[in-house]
Amino acid sequence: MSAAVRPVRGRFLRSTALPIVLAAVVFALVWKAVVVIGNFPTFILPPPEMVAGRLVDAWLAGTMTPHVIATLSEIGWGFLVGGSLGVLIGYLLARSPLAERLLSPYLVAAQATPILALAPLLVLWLGTGLAAKVVICALIVFFPVVIATIVGIRSVDGRLLELGRSLRATRWQVVRHLEFPAALPQILGGMRVGATLAVIGAIVGEWAGADRGLGYLINLSRSSLFDIPLMFATLVTIAAIGVLLYLAVVLVERALVGSWR
Amino acid sequence: MATIKLDSVFRAYTIDGAPLPVLEDITFEVLTGGVVAVVGPNGSGKSTLLRLIAGLLPADRGQITIDGRSVGDADQRVGLVFQEPRLLPWRKVIDNVAFPLELVGVAAAERRERARSLLDLVGVAAFADAYPQQLSGGMRQRAAIARALARNPEVLLLDEPFSALDALTRERFDMELLDLWQRIGATVVVVTHSISEAVFLADEVVVLSARPGRVTARIPVPLPRPRTPQIYEAPAFARAAAEIRARLAGTPTEDADAEAAAAPVRDVLERAGAPAWFDPFGGSGTGA
Repeated sequence: MSAAVRPVRGRFLRSTALPIVLAAVVFALVWKAVVVIGNFPTFILPPPEMVAGRLVDAWLAGTMTPHVIATLSEIGWGFLVGGSLGVLIGYLLARSPLAERLLSPYLVAAQATPILALAPLLVLWLGTGLAAKVVICALIVFFPVVIATIVGIRSVDGRLLELGRSLRATRWQVVRHLEFPAALPQILGGMRVGATLAVIGAIVGEWAGADRGLGYLINLSRSSLFDIPLMFATLVTIAAIGVLLYLAVVLVERALVGSWR
Repeated sequence: MATIKLDSVFRAYTIDGAPLPVLEDITFEVLTGGVVAVVGPNGSGKSTLLRLIAGLLPADRGQITIDGRSVGDADQRVGLVFQEPRLLPWRKVIDNVAFPLELVGVAAAERRERARSLLDLVGVAAFADAYPQQLSGGMRQRAAIARALARNPEVLLLDEPFSALDALTRERFDMELLDLWQRIGATVVVVTHSISEAVFLADEVVVLSARPGRVTARIPVPLPRPRTPQIYEAPAFARAAAEIRARLAGTPTEDADAEAAAAPVRDVLERAGAPAWFDPFGGSGTGA
């Protein structure tokens, strides 16, 4: 088993992780060049090594940890709620024309309303705690997942459904053994988009009102603390979380559909 | 053991409110353990006929019975092999064969054991743990046959099972198929485009006319079993094949004509919302 897994991991490192590291190095070099050439003061654009130092300090001093935990749990719950609702409602919309006609205006309207405008309202209603952020995250994750699920379920080969019928599969068996696995590649594609959007949702939610989280830390370091390197260090952390979440979905994708796709 | 009887079976599709007959007055029977081949031009409703016997479509009129009992909705006395393998690409071959057993709650170890012996039977055991995409078309269709046998059906229906294979491979597969039937003793109906395949496999060949399909002849094949490739040279083989060809030629059965006749109807079907994959007029024209 492990012998079969290892080469896959090796390929994963080379094909996915390496480009990311390279991209980060190139980015830091360009950043440094801009700072040197433009001769910017540190409160406008601190050099990368200063930000890196501040990042390490903040982690060692324990400044970062509670905020990272807060933001990650918002993202996690929001992704879970938005993702599952997206799959459920996506299935319903794909299989029931009536449901689609009744619900799609709300879906499109909800998607067209900027989450930035909605966030303060949700914080007003649900308070500055976890609940408002989970709702904001869920809302933003929901849409790509619901669309991907509709497309995925609709494109399930009718011949497979006839096979299910000839074997007298129950409704639930058809969903579990035929429709869901067949639509899974598309659904996971939607979740890949959703994972990065979830990060945005959490940060936006924290901006609208919070007492912890990375979005809150950005606000705090910029206005109250005027610690611009810390603000950049937070930005770097947020970007890293986004990249890691995306990679996590890609890994799940490979584990679930990699062997046959 | 099962005898299949069709008595005055009629089936139509409704297009723009008007019924379009696809099969008319179909009467024939297949005795227990017998093999009947159904041949006919494109548009003679061959695939529809199999779906009626399998209970996937209801007959509008007439009676279909297996051992005197009417065929039920998706009748479980029947195993159906489609024109394409229809294996689930996310399941290993062995789990595809075990799928029908999994649906009825057979325990994992037991169904895998049964699937393995079925794969052995059809000669695909070496590929049990491969995914279907890694197999050749012929191997996939063999696995599909193994799947159709998983629940021990009394009746096996095959819808042009080897039409995608080249002639040589098909002859080899036909040999193996006969051998397989001999061993499992199922009653078989096989739909085919190929006259020689029909004669080689069957005890009796049912010839259908162009749409609406009617039985224009039932031609017995007086060839001994077990059959070997030598029977291709037998005079009785040539006689039966010639008679079928004559019967097929009796109606306007040129493939091109049938194709032209079916095309407008197919358009209407599509507009009527019939799924694109369901083609009662048999799209892929692989002749004899």
